[in-house]
Amino acid sequence: MQYEAPTNLAEVVALLASADGHGRVMAGGTDLLARFATGSHRPALLVDLKHVAELMEIEQRGDGGFTIGAAVCGAAISEHAGLCSAWPGVTEAMDLIGSVQIQGRASLGGNLCNASPAADSVPALIAAGATCRILGSQGERQVPVADVILSPGKTCLAGDEFVVSFYLPPRAPNSGDAYLRLIPRSEMDIAVAGAAVNLTLDDTGVVIAAAIALGAVSPVPLLVPRAAEVMLGCRLDEEVMRRFRSVVSASCRPINDKRGTIDYRNHVAGVLAVRAALIAARRAGQEDI
Amino acid sequence: MSRTPENWRSVGTRPVRPDGIDKVTGRAVFSADFNLPDALHGAVLRSPFAHARILRLDTSRAMALEGVKAIVTARDLPLIPADQATTDGQPPDFRDMSANILARDKVLYEGHAIAAIAAVDAQTAEHALTLVDVEYEVLPHVIDVQQAMEPDAPVLHDSLVTQGITPAPSHPSNIASRHEQVHGDVERGFAQADIILTEEFTTQPVHQGYIEPHACMARVASDGQTDVWCSSQGQFMVRAYCARLLDMPLSQIRVTPLEIGGGFGGKTTVYLEPLAILLARRSGRPVKMQMSRAEVFRATGPASGSYISMKIGALKDGTLVAAQGILCYQAGAFPGSPVRLGCMTAFAPYDIANVKMIGYDVVVNRPKSAAYRAPGAPMASFAAESLLDMLALRLDMDPIDLRIRNAARPGTRAAYGISFKEIGYLETLQAAKAHPHYSAPLARNQGRGVASGFWFNIGGQSSAALTLNEDGTVMVTTANPDIGGSRASMALMAAEVLEIDVSRVRPEIADTSSIAYSDLTGGSRVTFAVGMAVTQAASELLAKLRERAAMLWDTAVDEVTWRDGCAHACVDGKDVQLSLASLAAQAGKTGGPIAAHVSLNAQGAGPGFGTHICDVEVDPDTGRVTVLRYTAVQDVGKAVHPAYVEGQLQGGAAQGIGWALNEAYLYDDNGVQLNPGFLDYRMPVASDLPMIDTVLVEVPNPRHPFGVRGVGEVPIIPPLGAVANAVSRATNARHADLPMSPPVVLKAIQRAARKRR
Repeated sequence: MQYEAPTNLAEVVALLASADGHGRVMAGGTDLLARFATGSHRPALLVDLKHVAELMEIEQRGDGGFTIGAAVCGAAISEHAGLCSAWPGVTEAMDLIGSVQIQGRASLGGNLCNASPAADSVPALIAAGATCRILGSQGERQVPVADVILSPGKTCLAGDEFVVSFYLPPRAPNSGDAYLRLIPRSEMDIAVAGAAVNLTLDDTGVVIAAAIALGAVSPVPLLVPRAAEVMLGCRLDEEVMRRFRSVVSASCRPINDKRGTIDYRNHVAGVLAVRAALIAARRAGQEDI
Repeated sequence: MSRTPENWRSVGTRPVRPDGIDKVTGRAVFSADFNLPDALHGAVLRSPFAHARILRLDTSRAMALEGVKAIVTARDLPLIPADQATTDGQPPDFRDMSANILARDKVLYEGHAIAAIAAVDAQTAEHALTLVDVEYEVLPHVIDVQQAMEPDAPVLHDSLVTQGITPAPSHPSNIASRHEQVHGDVERGFAQADIILTEEFTTQPVHQGYIEPHACMARVASDGQTDVWCSSQGQFMVRAYCARLLDMPLSQIRVTPLEIGGGFGGKTTVYLEPLAILLARRSGRPVKMQMSRAEVFRATGPASGSYISMKIGALKDGTLVAAQGILCYQAGAFPGSPVRLGCMTAFAPYDIANVKMIGYDVVVNRPKSAAYRAPGAPMASFAAESLLDMLALRLDMDPIDLRIRNAARPGTRAAYGISFKEIGYLETLQAAKAHPHYSAPLARNQGRGVASGFWFNIGGQSSAALTLNEDGTVMVTTANPDIGGSRASMALMAAEVLEIDVSRVRPEIADTSSIAYSDLTGGSRVTFAVGMAVTQAASELLAKLRERAAMLWDTAVDEVTWRDGCAHACVDGKDVQLSLASLAAQAGKTGGPIAAHVSLNAQGAGPGFGTHICDVEVDPDTGRVTVLRYTAVQDVGKAVHPAYVEGQLQGGAAQGIGWALNEAYLYDDNGVQLNPGFLDYRMPVASDLPMIDTVLVEVPNPRHPFGVRGVGEVPIIPPLGAVANAVSRATNARHADLPMSPPVVLKAIQRAARKRR
């Protein structure tokens, strides 16, 4: 396995193009290296992205949105006050991944492109309406995060493409987001189910924009527009939340596996979505809900 | 000893452990850290099937691979005749051990070793594994203990006929033995009872979870002299087991203990060492072997899983009058679960006139179970302590008061047959009740559980050598791997006897050629038994020092006293003294080097009792349990180094909490383990636990010079019951199946809610 640590985007593009589909990028390595250690196939070329400036920066744009480099580590994201204040759901989701040591390496780009159904940051990014900038030898494209993962372990990226950065749009007033997951332990675990909610309220507490995304309850992280519709135009009272919860549970397409059963995942996704929605609403500024 | 407990200067203090700096700086040499030039890398081929006959095993393609230097299979292990399988009928069974380290004819669990290969590097060895041709006839398997007991269950061993039943059964089965323990007359006892409570309990096998995977290095000289370097719970155990399995004289093997990164009972046997010796012998080069974490999970011993049916009878005032239990323990692939110890310990904390326990040792297609702190006790205690909690709830009685009413006291005849002497169980209950934790308020969805536990503790054969260095410092050499701070304890006890500062005592752990035999580190015996050898050796050294001083002063030895690390006497009307350093410096004039060696078989271990309090909060919507507060109270006799005693209590509690809440092996339909790693085998991580508070109750054991009782095993017993009782009280639903993982707890909450409707 050849290891390269290029320092600019053009070099990354050239390296990946030269690998003829046998290259892999490493945006942190916390999934990749663990897999190598347990005997997984090693690529011919490993491209470490940690030395490319564009991949290692967090920047607030003129429009108020944020660009986050795909290889920025979780710890740096959690330390960015502006980002944490605008998108607490996203930053907390990232912060849930692994341990303190893992947080020094793990990245949003890696978490997305690992394409696990249970990736913690992905539902939060999807609910936030995030897009990613993808670069390859054929050029550049912007793709919604929601469209990146095709199936477990598989993304829409071509063999010579990689994610450069994520873009989180500017925040409307009275907006808030939240992500919750259930794990049997308190950290260092994989989500049994996860739910991200992103809300915007009007001045009276009525939901005027909503997005709900779920993790670990279907082959890919799941955007649930039907559940968002339940909240639109409503205040989040008990009756609305009950309907919301049942729509969320009914939208799940989980499997039975070592981490949870179908019934339990359906149930817990609903519970977490309700709790996340209430946190998001509180963050949107409606303390009385 | 001239001093009394009130003015002990070393025993009871908390110096930094002698091995501490090495361990926190990464300099300590654990088993996988040991290297020799030219060493080969050994790897093990393991069965992908839970139960299969080996029809053909051909290693020729693997052997032909460049870089492969040796391959061994069961054919290379000496056959052990049935009548030589054990020593005086006592475990271990070396025939089984031989078949466990390399499968003979049949594989009995997924992960069962089939062949070992030594090659020039790890990649070559791993590649060679794929070139071994094995033809299997896959057989039906069974991993559940109750299913394994059914008449139509797949039978693991055609020759296994249940022992302990008369007349002997005519057919083989998976029930290796039946054990019965009777105390009083349970039928009469239950007839007196006002209240009878019955429940069935299940617990899952749990792994000891030591951080350090098994590893070893072996080197065999051309004359057959064999060296093994490894971490284990006993270098003499490794030597004896390898000699027995490979039919070698003990004198031909030297085992050097390396630092041990946790054992908890799981390193009281051998897996790799005999294979490494065989490979080294065959290749003529040193061979290093080390398991991956997955191999540790797939092939080394968990504690037994269990099914337990239990019943207690009590009077209206809470007095227990009868207890009865049927305990079925999973032994794994070979007989030898600790079910007998479960029968003995379950009700040992209580004075009950009538107790009957029946235990079944059952083989299943899982790795052979191994010792785990207080082997057999936690699961049985979980059942007994759950029933006590149910009784307290039924009687609306405080659970500690209920235990106080029934507590075993000095003189109580335990159901397992002995009469307790000085024990401190009652004191642990009183201390728990008085602890602020016990009266702290609880909020909604929170519950508090209490449970107690008992362990015998043991003594055993132990050796210690004390030598006075030329500069007056002292070496304390013992033969037991330091698994819980024992070096510090040995040094403190020697320092106490010699009345010197502990910094002048250096404890060392010797290889098998450098000191006399010691039983392994286990049974909570080391601080007690080896400590006794150290103390006696220190006393002998002290006697010799007084003699040497008397010689130098030309006075009678009776005139010489020992105080503050010096010999004192009154010579010609003048007070004179000789320090250790000057006695050492002048040793050449008084007969040569000064040393003392004591080997003994320590008797009189003091039983240990503990009582734990656990607060939990249960998320009613997800079933997830959070441990909010935990207090472990234990009678420790005398804490020689209190920090490490507290550490034992905290560690035992942490492991017990994991057992109670989330640890379980997951298998697919083919008996293949799905979670051979710490990600999905959920031992608690630091953030899962609150600070575990400890209370050391000290009721001295009079049969030890400093009053020591073993402490390492008791603290893993109460947590299962304490956590289950807390969760049961928080949810108003009895939890009788472990682990209490979120889906299981949620189901119980929903079921209880339906019942109440």
